[in-house]
Amino acid sequence: MPEFTAAEYSAILLSLKVSMVATLLALPFGFLLAYLMTFYQFRGKVALDVLINLPLTLPPVVIGYLLLLLLGQQGFIGRHILQPLGIKVIFTWKAAVIATAVVGMPLLVRSIRIGMESIDLGLIHASRTLGAGPFDSMLTVVMPLALRGILAGSALMFGRGLGEFGATIIVAGNMPGVTQTIPLAIYDYAGSPSGDSMAKALCVVAVIISVAVLLCHEYLGRRMIRAD
Amino acid sequence: MELSVAVSKKFSTFNLTVDCTVSEQRVGVFGPSGSGKSTLVNLIAGLQSPDEGVIQLNGETLFDAQTSLAPEQRRIGIIFQHPHLFPHLSVRGNLLYGLKRCTPLDRRIDFDSLVAVLRLGPLLERGVNNLSGGEKQRVAIGRAVLSNPRLLLMDEPLSALDDRLRFRIIHHLKTVCETFKIPYLYISHSLLEIRLMTDTVLVFDHGRLVEQTSGEQLARDRMGHSPVGYINLLELSDMTERDDMCAYRWQGGELLLSASNRDTVNGLFELSSKDIILFKKHPEAVSARNLLHCAVLGLFESGEKIGVDLQAGSGRLIAEIVPTAVRELDIHVGSPLYAACKASAFRKLSDNQTNHKEQFS
Repeated sequence: MPEFTAAEYSAILLSLKVSMVATLLALPFGFLLAYLMTFYQFRGKVALDVLINLPLTLPPVVIGYLLLLLLGQQGFIGRHILQPLGIKVIFTWKAAVIATAVVGMPLLVRSIRIGMESIDLGLIHASRTLGAGPFDSMLTVVMPLALRGILAGSALMFGRGLGEFGATIIVAGNMPGVTQTIPLAIYDYAGSPSGDSMAKALCVVAVIISVAVLLCHEYLGRRMIRAD
Repeated sequence: MELSVAVSKKFSTFNLTVDCTVSEQRVGVFGPSGSGKSTLVNLIAGLQSPDEGVIQLNGETLFDAQTSLAPEQRRIGIIFQHPHLFPHLSVRGNLLYGLKRCTPLDRRIDFDSLVAVLRLGPLLERGVNNLSGGEKQRVAIGRAVLSNPRLLLMDEPLSALDDRLRFRIIHHLKTVCETFKIPYLYISHSLLEIRLMTDTVLVFDHGRLVEQTSGEQLARDRMGHSPVGYINLLELSDMTERDDMCAYRWQGGELLLSASNRDTVNGLFELSSKDIILFKKHPEAVSARNLLHCAVLGLFESGEKIGVDLQAGSGRLIAEIVPTAVRELDIHVGSPLYAACKASAFRKLSDNQTNHKEQFS
């Protein structure tokens, strides 16, 4: 096992940071989208469904490029919102967060939606007749009962974030210590003649983190079931 | 309570049209499955919207062309067929759900009093997932009542329970609604439940209100068409064992029931009008263990049968016979008769709580 340098530790920490922030950032949006898709009928629902799931089928590089067009200096958001506020996103870790959030969003929404679809509508009706408004009912009935789906989706998204490569390299680049995550570092080492053992070591780290996330998710899921 | 409903709602295979006003405290909604009873509940509670019409409760408009109050603004509680308890909350959490959302002005039912009436004390800290069917339904009743509703809708609340539990829960429903003075609409396709729970009945068929009557009258009207006839409901008390039989006190007299009832000291029993045989004179020998001297209070037609309203001691019984028997026995109002019924013809509906330790399961 080779000894990690500051660059590798930085890549590991950055991967964790990007995945964590992207998951936390995406959670409220993912929850609301899943809630909307599960409990409401509206015009354009199919179009919204396609849009949410598009990152699942689009090559991540395409997503990265589209984000670059949108968030870059000439892009709509970049020019009209980010520049006036003095915010630079492209080629920073924030761009990696956005790319990870977009790519992982379908997994998050799908998992939460599965959790919500298993909720008996009678429970929501009961809460409404007991005096809970729609928002109250969402917070006190839907959210707790969909918690396993929320956890599963978060774990999936976090895991997917650790492996995100294509979109990230386009919008954030591959700068060691700045935007280089574990997959980007492995990509670098795999391409260099003497980097083979370091690439393998980073692969082991990625596997350990992923297994830990899945075990944590499983443990929390089991704890949530009341046995009495 | 004054509830006025004049609405229509169209579905692809079914239309509901209702126009009625009720002012009684205990109202039944009776009809076969698919007659629109549950749709009516959803419209009144605000879980569905009518296509057009007006719904008013105590003078307040809940729905009309301009108004449509959300369910949480109507203060109408529902007890559903299935308890629909929140699985992530304890029994206490479920009970308090509606109470917490009730404004202080509307809070008139005390948590501890309700827990005492429904005997939920030992269950309060438990989760709801492993409660028995009867316990779940009691919690559901308590939860709906603690939301301090102006009106309680009970949508076939007992149909998922077996007979033994059904009549125990009926006792709880009646006690709670009487204790806390909550008017209710009781929806059921069981005539027996309707008779036990209500004073006025709205009869629905194919999405239309076809009749507004009383449970007693409805039972008499349907006697001749029903395979079980008219069900006499008898409160029997003070059981003593005698000659391998159970002797109960009933309305100043005594009735003998089969020995299988020895675990019940006091209880509610049913006796079908078909299980009563009438004699003009005292039969010298008869195998039936109960022979009651009666007077005819009235006669009524129902289908191809004649119902005979009997005064037996201070109690009343309905027997059914064919018109030929009426003529041959020359039965008319005031006629003295003997009514015979077998000891095995009585069916226990429920035990009386005060004498039975294992009442609640």
